[in-house]
Amino acid sequence: MSTDTLVEYGELLTRYEPVIGLETHVELGTASKMFCGCSTTFGAEPNTQTCPVCLGLPGSLPAANAAAIEATIRIGLALGCRIATWSRFARKNYFYPDIPKGFQTSQYDEPLCTAGHLDVEVEGETYRVEIERVHLEEDTGKNLHVGGSTGRIHGADHSLVDYNRAGIPLVEIVTRPIPGAGAKAPEVAKAYVTELREILLALGVSEVRMEQGNLRCDVNTSLAPIGSLEWGTRTETKNVNSLRSVERSVRFEMRRQAAVLDAAERVVQETRHFHEDTGSTSSGRSKEEATDYRYFPEPDLVPIAPDEAWVEELRAGLPELPAARRTRLSDEWGISPTEMAWLVNAGAVELVSDTVAAGASPGDARKWWLGELARRANDAGTDLTELAVTPAQVAELIGLISAGTINDQLARQALDGVLAGEGDPSAVVEARGLAVMGDSDELVAAVDAAIEGNPDVADKVRGGKVQAIGALVGAVMKTTRGKADAATVKRMLEERLISS
Amino acid sequence: MSTPSPKGQLTRDEVAHLAHLSRLAVSDEELDLFAGQLAAVLDAVAQVGKADVADVPPTTHAVPMTNVMRADVARPSLPRDVVLAGAPAAEDDRFRVPRILGEEA
Repeated sequence: MSTDTLVEYGELLTRYEPVIGLETHVELGTASKMFCGCSTTFGAEPNTQTCPVCLGLPGSLPAANAAAIEATIRIGLALGCRIATWSRFARKNYFYPDIPKGFQTSQYDEPLCTAGHLDVEVEGETYRVEIERVHLEEDTGKNLHVGGSTGRIHGADHSLVDYNRAGIPLVEIVTRPIPGAGAKAPEVAKAYVTELREILLALGVSEVRMEQGNLRCDVNTSLAPIGSLEWGTRTETKNVNSLRSVERSVRFEMRRQAAVLDAAERVVQETRHFHEDTGSTSSGRSKEEATDYRYFPEPDLVPIAPDEAWVEELRAGLPELPAARRTRLSDEWGISPTEMAWLVNAGAVELVSDTVAAGASPGDARKWWLGELARRANDAGTDLTELAVTPAQVAELIGLISAGTINDQLARQALDGVLAGEGDPSAVVEARGLAVMGDSDELVAAVDAAIEGNPDVADKVRGGKVQAIGALVGAVMKTTRGKADAATVKRMLEERLISS
Repeated sequence: MSTPSPKGQLTRDEVAHLAHLSRLAVSDEELDLFAGQLAAVLDAVAQVGKADVADVPPTTHAVPMTNVMRADVARPSLPRDVVLAGAPAAEDDRFRVPRILGEEA
């Protein structure tokens, strides 16, 4: 859909350097909404989770959700923020049907948390991302545009609104501009969101499912000539709703803006929309100025003044954070930071940890999740966590291999069964008859048959060409459809052909 | 839109901008009328600026309370038919609103 001129990525880096910034919205996983008792369950029938408060009906009054405020402070603490001793909600006024009240209850100049940081690692190098603020607001309703050929707003006859989402607590985490990432800017942006997501998961404050919109990113990108004292004009890309898209959107904007600057034109400061299908961005609505929102303190809510005892209690209750956890696990598993980085990139740290906890060795657990299971996920186009196999089942599979019940090849067949919903590995091995043959009559027969069926090969082996035995092993494996243990077969063949 | 200038300085353009933000259709004649009227309102409110507040600490809230919160417990919502009964128009169990021009969802 893009007709934009783009400059080759490697080429633009010779002339320009990027500055990026991210605004991340996180839907908290509270049971009730931010200012009323409506349920927050995802996927409910339209407009079944609304009440006078979240519909903005006259006379209704909001009451702040204590769990949402605690969650916001905990996020701030995990990001090393200063927690405000005095914080207020503010009305952000604008007319758009996704907000029935005519304003969004947000925070403006008195957010709950400020001045934090998050260190992220890209290819062994650490980048410090400064956090400007973490504030609490409410989510908006969902618009459905009707009548347009593409289901988008352009050409739509009218819109239909579902207010179930309106009023769900939403935390906004804003970084300061991130200069100095150079060629790595797209990866740093992705690494930041990835690490932030890990922290939010560890805190248990949100389900952070990007495909459900629990975590949504606006990505700011600007370019300036190398050595320039001033940063360039930035664009803000919305609709960036997957980790991969975060990286792609930065890369695309860098390439597009480089072409604009090369043509001696100006980058327009604007909102742009990211398109998953093409990986491109397009111009969106022009942004209203902050003063256009006519922010003012929310008169219906009293200030939040977290005292030190409360904050320290929350700090003491923080879980082990992902970075510390990775360091500890690297030590426990005896792996290098690079090997740990592979696990992080594959989204496999928790899976491996759970698999180890279920009894597998760290080496086996890593081998399966990064090898066979990563291949399966890749083939299916999903994340590892989406695979229909649990860490406990993987540990069981590994246990069956260690016990000699199955070999790697049979284990892959057993995995087929588990993924197809046939039950736990032991049950699949039993039902599909996958167990490795022991020194059984059937195996003896197969070994004898292989020797009989390949007299030339057998003679070669007898005559001292020991490596020829591989062909006989292969023949036995074929007759037994992979169920024999190759080492056992080799030993049995040797007994018959060599040791006399 | 910047803070309107004091003392009857509210311009037609500022009123037009406010009208746009409020999604109100205001005619040319009304722009002149409202610019004058709103300027008078602002002037009236601006009189509080005459008070000597050098020794008065800023009021942060009309109610001297903080940390009023409710427990995170879900309560029943309104029945959908009741909710949509208050809508100007409804379709497919949703609020039906006129198409939104010039802006992206």
